[in-house]
Amino acid sequence: MSAVVAEHDEHHDHGPAKGLLRWVVTTNHKDIGTLYLVFALAMFFVGGTMALIIRAELFEPGLQFVEPQFFNSMTTMHALVMVFGAVMPAFVGLANWMIPMMIGAPDMALPRMNNMSFWMLVAGVLLLASTLFMEGGAPAAGWTLYPPLVLQTGAALPFAIFSVHLLGISSIMGAINIIATILNMRAPAMTLMKMPLFVWTWLITGFLLIAIMPVFAGAVTMLLTDRFFGTSFFDAAGGGDPVLYQHIFWFFGHPEVYVMILPTFGVASTIIPVFARKPLFGYSSMVYATASIAFLSFIVWAHHMFTVGMPMAGELYFMYATMLIAIPTGVKVFNWTATMWKGAMTFETPMLFSIAFVVLFTMGGFTGLMMAVAPSDFQYHDTYFIVAHFHYTLVPASIFILMAAGYYWLPKWTGHMYDEKIGRLHFWLSAISVNVLFFPQHFLGLAGMPRRIPDYAVQFADWNMVSSIGAFIFGFSQLLFVYVVIKTINGGTGEKVTDEVWEDAAKHGLEWTLPSPPPYHTFTTPPATVPTEHF
Amino acid sequence: MSGSVEQKNKRLVRNLVIVVVAMFGFGYALVPLYDVFCDITGLNGKTNTEAVEETHYKIDTTRNVTIEFITSLNESAPMQFRAESAKLKIHPGEYYTVNFFAQNLTDKKMLAQAIPSITPGLAAEYFIKTECFCFNEQTFAANEAKTMPVRFVVDPKLPEKYKTITLAYTFFDNTEKSVNK
Repeated sequence: MSAVVAEHDEHHDHGPAKGLLRWVVTTNHKDIGTLYLVFALAMFFVGGTMALIIRAELFEPGLQFVEPQFFNSMTTMHALVMVFGAVMPAFVGLANWMIPMMIGAPDMALPRMNNMSFWMLVAGVLLLASTLFMEGGAPAAGWTLYPPLVLQTGAALPFAIFSVHLLGISSIMGAINIIATILNMRAPAMTLMKMPLFVWTWLITGFLLIAIMPVFAGAVTMLLTDRFFGTSFFDAAGGGDPVLYQHIFWFFGHPEVYVMILPTFGVASTIIPVFARKPLFGYSSMVYATASIAFLSFIVWAHHMFTVGMPMAGELYFMYATMLIAIPTGVKVFNWTATMWKGAMTFETPMLFSIAFVVLFTMGGFTGLMMAVAPSDFQYHDTYFIVAHFHYTLVPASIFILMAAGYYWLPKWTGHMYDEKIGRLHFWLSAISVNVLFFPQHFLGLAGMPRRIPDYAVQFADWNMVSSIGAFIFGFSQLLFVYVVIKTINGGTGEKVTDEVWEDAAKHGLEWTLPSPPPYHTFTTPPATVPTEHF
Repeated sequence: MSGSVEQKNKRLVRNLVIVVVAMFGFGYALVPLYDVFCDITGLNGKTNTEAVEETHYKIDTTRNVTIEFITSLNESAPMQFRAESAKLKIHPGEYYTVNFFAQNLTDKKMLAQAIPSITPGLAAEYFIKTECFCFNEQTFAANEAKTMPVRFVVDPKLPEKYKTITLAYTFFDNTEKSVNK
């Protein structure tokens, strides 16, 4: 038996293939992780550019730079690119890189499918981007693609729908791969309740994805047949109901926002204990809280449609069910705070981003609670208040944590230390400008400024100008991150990093027991013991 | 060892794919489920779209209910459409007829479908139409104007709290869609 294993190892113990083709045909989890992360970062700038077009137009009242139709395309495409092209692939990339190394597995369970799901993602995003150049412009009905408005999209509609199909298949394959890896490939010593929280949150996210992406694929297919094949799913004239689309969409859409936030929670729960030099407070409650949030996400969807004309009983049910989510989320925020309590904290860039995440995500959570109150939602609905809310839960939460993850694992991935000074500058510029950008949008929303409009009443001018200034500072600050990444890959500060990189990190995760950078193939034999610090 | 992991992966992937297919089906199942749900709970203000046999109710002369009529056109369909009166005071249990006028403003034949809706939604089940132009698609010759009666009754079982019921009709120009069939 041992002879067989040795031979097996020898056979696989080679480095990556040479040349550019390596990246096309690779089935190595580290390569595919890198592909996902680089692609996500590129899309982050594409989506960010669209956001800056929006903010440039809104800098002053009146029409400045773009046509209203193109403006609406920008709000729609910004959301689709950021959700499906940046945030989700970034977390899939982290999962690819880190999950096998965190659970002591040699690779992902289904390496070939892994390659396919990445390239399908690229195809999907390219297809989506191609709609920008089509007759009638890119989809402009909002990322929610509500009929009947979305059915007025020009030539772009079928392409946008097929792109959603491709992106959906890609993330379903990614999710299946991650679930299979976590359930079947763990080192024998790694029991479920010894898994790092990033792995746990991804396991739950994987199940969310396979449950919701097919529903979304179904909904957009119904749009397609309504437009081209004479069905009447959402066409009132034929006995359908446009409100039905909203129900189906948000049955997908609400869990979808947790697809973006649960892995965020996982990374935060991984980073905070290391820099607080304490075990994570309440490990098992974190696991149960994640599972509860995932479960609740399936039964609260209609809180996105309080103003659609639901009866009182429906409004009340969705209101209370939504508020219930604050409990497991509160457990998490409490646990992160308790982890830091009396810890020997240091404030390296990953920790700074993580602390900002805890504070700013909580603010986004609170505005969510405000909007969960059905009667007050009638005031906030479709205003800049909701824009401020979900950007607080996505930008200083998901994006900040992705940055934190980048800084935290870059030394492990590259074997070089990043430039801490520029990292901190990046953090402070981002943390300040993100609030200049989004905080005034609360005021605009409360004052009644509707979302998705290219022009507005002069009373909204001042805060829009402030918000746009924040947007440009935030956008350009992100270039610092690109600089840091490129510099680190090319040798960084020259400082030699240890296997652990961070003090005592090996107590928190298996990846820190490997060399920095890790060899192309790791854990070809599973580790005998796993760290248990997080208990 | 590695063989058994492969088998476990295969089994798991098969099960997960079944979940994916089932959830795709579930998305479609939501369509009839939604109708059934709305039907049972009476949410959504959907009212009968097929004629109901005229039955006799005991007329409740002790109370009045105001019925409001709203007419609208989808996507600025080239029509004129209005009700003979904006509102009517009625007694539950008594049958009434209200005329609606519609005209095709084009020089071509038009097929149009009117979709009714009741507000408040929960009152919809007590509002019964025995005759309505919304039961069938209407054919209009070029520039034809039509007078179309709606005969209805409000069930005396209507809860006391409903003092006003709004009946809204939207006309959809279906010419293109129906011709293609």
